[in-house]
Amino acid sequence: MSHEIHEHDVLVIGAGGAGLRAAIEASALGVSVGLVSKSLLGKAHTVMAEGGMAASLGNTDDRDDWKMHFRDTIRGGKMMGNWKMVEIFAKEAPDRVNELEEWGALFDRTEDGRIAQRNFGGHRYPRLAHVGDRTGLEMIRTLQNHGIHQGVDIYMECTIVELLMDGDRIAGAFGYWRESGKFVIFKAKAVILATGGVGKCYRFTSNSWECTGDGQALAYRAGASLVGMEFVQFHPTGMIWPPSVRGVLVTEGVRGDGGILKNNLGERFMFNYIPEMFAAETADTVEEASRWLEKDPNARRPPELLTRDVVARSIRAERLAGRGSPHGGAFLDIASQRSPEYIKRKLPSMYHQFKHLGNLDITKEPMEVGPTCHYIMGGVLVDPETAGSDVPGLYSAGEAAGGLHGANRLGGNSLTDLIVFGRRAGQYAAEYAKSLKSSIKISDAQLKQVEKVAIAPFEDSGKENPYQVFQDLQSCMELNSGIVRVKSELETCLVELEKLKERAAKVKVEGNRHFNSGWHYALDLRNLLTVSEAISLSALHREESRGGHTREDFPDSTEKFEKVITIVKEKGGKMTWKHEPKSEMPEELKELLA
Amino acid sequence: MKEVTFRVFRGDKEKGELKEYKVPLSEGMVVLDAIHEIQATEANDLAVRWNCKAGKCGSCGAEINGKPRLMCMTRMDVLPMDKPVTVEPMKRFPLVKDLVTDVSWNFEVNKRIRPLKPQPRQADGTHRMMQMDVERIQEFHKCIECFLCQNVCHVMRDHKITDFIGPRFLIRCATLVMHPLDTENRLRELKDDFRIGYCNITKCCTEVCPEEIGITDNAIIPLKERVAGAFYDPLAWLWRLLTGKKADQRT
Amino acid sequence: MSETTPGSSVSRPFLETRREDNWWVGPMATAMGLLAFTVYTTWAALQGEHYSWGPYLSPFYSPLIKPEGWPLSPAILILWAPGGFRLTCYYYRKSYYRAFMAMPPACAVAAAPHKYRGERALFIFQNLHRFFFYLAMLFVVILTYDAIIAFNFDGSFGIGVGSIVLTLNAVFIAAFTFGCNSFRHLVGGNVDCYSCASMGKQRHLLWRVVTFFNKKHMEWAWISLFWVGFSDAYVRLVSMGIITDMRIL
Ligand SMILES: Cc1cc2nc3c(=O)[nH]c(=O)nc-3n(C[C@H](O)[C@H](O)[C@H](O)COP(=O)(O)OP(=O)(O)OC[C@H]3O[C@@H](n4cnc5c(N)ncnc54)[C@H](O)[C@@H]3O)c2cc1C
Ligand code: SF4
Ligand code: SF4
Ligand code: FES
Repeated sequence: MSHEIHEHDVLVIGAGGAGLRAAIEASALGVSVGLVSKSLLGKAHTVMAEGGMAASLGNTDDRDDWKMHFRDTIRGGKMMGNWKMVEIFAKEAPDRVNELEEWGALFDRTEDGRIAQRNFGGHRYPRLAHVGDRTGLEMIRTLQNHGIHQGVDIYMECTIVELLMDGDRIAGAFGYWRESGKFVIFKAKAVILATGGVGKCYRFTSNSWECTGDGQALAYRAGASLVGMEFVQFHPTGMIWPPSVRGVLVTEGVRGDGGILKNNLGERFMFNYIPEMFAAETADTVEEASRWLEKDPNARRPPELLTRDVVARSIRAERLAGRGSPHGGAFLDIASQRSPEYIKRKLPSMYHQFKHLGNLDITKEPMEVGPTCHYIMGGVLVDPETAGSDVPGLYSAGEAAGGLHGANRLGGNSLTDLIVFGRRAGQYAAEYAKSLKSSIKISDAQLKQVEKVAIAPFEDSGKENPYQVFQDLQSCMELNSGIVRVKSELETCLVELEKLKERAAKVKVEGNRHFNSGWHYALDLRNLLTVSEAISLSALHREESRGGHTREDFPDSTEKFEKVITIVKEKGGKMTWKHEPKSEMPEELKELLA
Repeated sequence: MKEVTFRVFRGDKEKGELKEYKVPLSEGMVVLDAIHEIQATEANDLAVRWNCKAGKCGSCGAEINGKPRLMCMTRMDVLPMDKPVTVEPMKRFPLVKDLVTDVSWNFEVNKRIRPLKPQPRQADGTHRMMQMDVERIQEFHKCIECFLCQNVCHVMRDHKITDFIGPRFLIRCATLVMHPLDTENRLRELKDDFRIGYCNITKCCTEVCPEEIGITDNAIIPLKERVAGAFYDPLAWLWRLLTGKKADQRT
Repeated sequence: MSETTPGSSVSRPFLETRREDNWWVGPMATAMGLLAFTVYTTWAALQGEHYSWGPYLSPFYSPLIKPEGWPLSPAILILWAPGGFRLTCYYYRKSYYRAFMAMPPACAVAAAPHKYRGERALFIFQNLHRFFFYLAMLFVVILTYDAIIAFNFDGSFGIGVGSIVLTLNAVFIAAFTFGCNSFRHLVGGNVDCYSCASMGKQRHLLWRVVTFFNKKHMEWAWISLFWVGFSDAYVRLVSMGIITDMRIL
């Protein structure tokens, strides 16, 4: 085999917030680090994050502390979050955020010059460090500009197709250069998967083309377990009109800064949907909600700031009751709540986005919004402390990993997740690589096999258009495994997915390997199919509704299912599932939940 | 349904041409939608870069009817649709294929800029910065690295001068130079290594910037003034002679 | 490396572009405007007469300095200062580089093929803008004085059309001068930390005021340019007796 070969102690796949933070940490520990990404450096999905990153700095409201953040995250995750992960997360968050500032991030400030924090759904106190509504850009650019001086070798526009194994431990990864189509082999003692989300399973999503669940699928094929894949977050406020931008996110910051939701009768309907669990901390009159906006510390939060799953379902219910907006959503109105100057200063890119793409001035008119697929809470099953998967040498962090957010993620918790667990993954992967004395070997047979798979779409075996299969998959998931699920549809979905797998095997691409988008889509398809199956399979067997998983046939949460997490794993070429008991939270942490 | 004709550059380093495609128009459509439509139906192997489709990642820069723009933020209704719409790759960078160019030079340049070296933290472990002090440089942090400004700047585009770092990286220098916590001197390298003197304030960078950053007025000119103060100001020179201060000392 | 550095893409001939809009209108109008002004000013400055009438003094001749035995027009002794101010002004640099030197004529239109060297050799001169700014400030004072004097008709207060013309001239010149980029730097742009520098808050405020004018620097540049020429023409025509100055008060 005469492929290009690179050797590293640690290979990080993914250059979003999690990948970059991991690479920085690993290389600071003195091991050689490679960083691979499908797109150019600084373009990863993290760049799109808007609202902010949650950390209990207590700058804007000093009643906040890690315990409160712990409580909000567990409760927001509908008790499904891994308590150990959440504890580490809440405790380490402030340090990680301050560290970004040290590296050049410029957050908005408080009056006395500290990092300002904003309100967000599900967070008891103002907790999100932010820069207007482009916090993700700030994070990724800061990490990028810090990272390039750390001696990390960066491989841009290179897609990993498969992980390589030496027996049952990790040995590296196999990929191709998007530009030339040539194959490349990375030999590595440890691999960190930081490949982000799976949004492209669905038709309407806030996610970019990169989010095809590569990390989850790579880990699965390497024998690792996936956890909680049924929990998919549909963000309540995506743009729904015009069609070309359908799915593009409208940040929760709009509601955090005072925006309200109305139906076509002009009613502020969220007051009708306050769940019992949050009744004690949610305002039940318009009057109280507006006092909260005026910063009255005794007023409770407006119901628009309930967790995302609740808001998304409420908008859907309004639409089904015939009270939806003209294009099947709800009205999000900030124009009547805040001055034009305030809106432009606090939400500049929302203003820009609607002005350019929607032909609408949000300082004057309400926006039309509806649910859009946004985030997957599930992912690679990892150890809470080390971010290691159950395959030796394989680590995962960021959206690709599962466990932290439970059944529903709070806004702003993802960006913090990236830096807290990105750092840990980097640290433990580096330590593992250092501790590994024997050298790694990759068999030729393995390489031949992967190469065959990668090249298959050029063979003359079929005539399916990759774009068409891609779209049909998205429609199938949207229809059968989307925001509200039911047994019969989930079963249909699994059958349909089998058919789609067969069609995917017959995909034919035109042209040569030189920057061939059709080929790229064809290879991504494989991963999408795997994660789609994992989502639908996990969803079928959780017979209750909880957070990001809503079942029409089982509308309530049950104690039985609160105790278990869903694990998906490959066995003998087939996807298998099981429910495992959730680890028990220690008493002293339970007390924090009150 | 109304149809629009597109002329899209297809080709690679060796040869290329504008190819015609017809695309049905839909409401609110942007140029990137049309390119995707062409990709999905007529030209599966058409190469194009994009990510966010919301003007946030800066991947989709191209020249539409000759003007450097983001494809995802160019609505069809701002273009004359009775005539064919031309879509070409950015011309200043070496072509890879179709609409994709090799922008790696920019990443190399970025490495030459020394990172922030902040003052020590305060006793409570934090840094204090006032909104008043960061506001000016927050504008520069809006940059999405689309490199449209690097593409259009005549210094590199027409005169092929390679030792000028270009507007994108001048604003990055500006954030560091004006950063309230930074402790490095950067004026001499701005003048001698990054060659700020090549910019002749013709403002094409500002004209094309999709983030509407005041590149020339708020970053380049203030930097030039600082450089002028340090190296071209006889009065300041006299003052330094008398006080013994150094030329590129931070203010 | 060579493949990825800029400049490896093909050279394009002068004025080549795919732009279909009327990109040439801008540089054309600029060139004509600047040319017309230069021709008129040169002519008017060389006249050496008809530059004052009653309380009015043409701004091209102010301050009026007439040394013994100076054979030429007195305007020549002073005009280099405002001329230099405009020549080194960042806005005017843009306009003449685009309109006259075609570097570039307009964005994404291929530039003139001669060798481009930026601020080197003679062009280092462009860095002296701040000195011309100091002089320009002096001129603001002088022209303001002229404007005030223009209300003094032989010892009694009055208002003629000329008084208003000259007042506006002073206002426009001031608005242009106060938006100067060098000024913006000197009053506060040079501070990194307003909250810790001495007088930082005041300098921040000043900087914001100058920024306000600076945002419309181009507009003020053209308005003041046109008006200063117009003021000269007005005084000249009145003094030649071609038109009469209307008294309002
Ligand atoms: C519009 C929007 C707004 C958001 N706002 C917020 C917010 O305000 N606060 C918050 O906390 N969260 C927010 N989120 C969520 C958050 O941004 C993401 O969950 C997070 O950025 C994921 O980061 P990551 O590092 O895990 O992965 P990503 O940033 O998605 O990066 C994935 C990386 O992996 C690479 N990659 C993937 N597959 C491969 C492969 N096969 N081979 C090689 N490389 C590969 C990609 O190229 C990319 O570099 C938002 C999300 C969206 C879509
Ligand atoms: S203003 Fe300067 S940096 Fe910007 S395009 Fe013109 S010459 Fe280039
Ligand atoms: S400064 Fe503007 S044009 Fe230049 S790279 Fe940044 S966003 Fe793009
Ligand atoms: S696709 Fe991200 S800016 Fe256009």
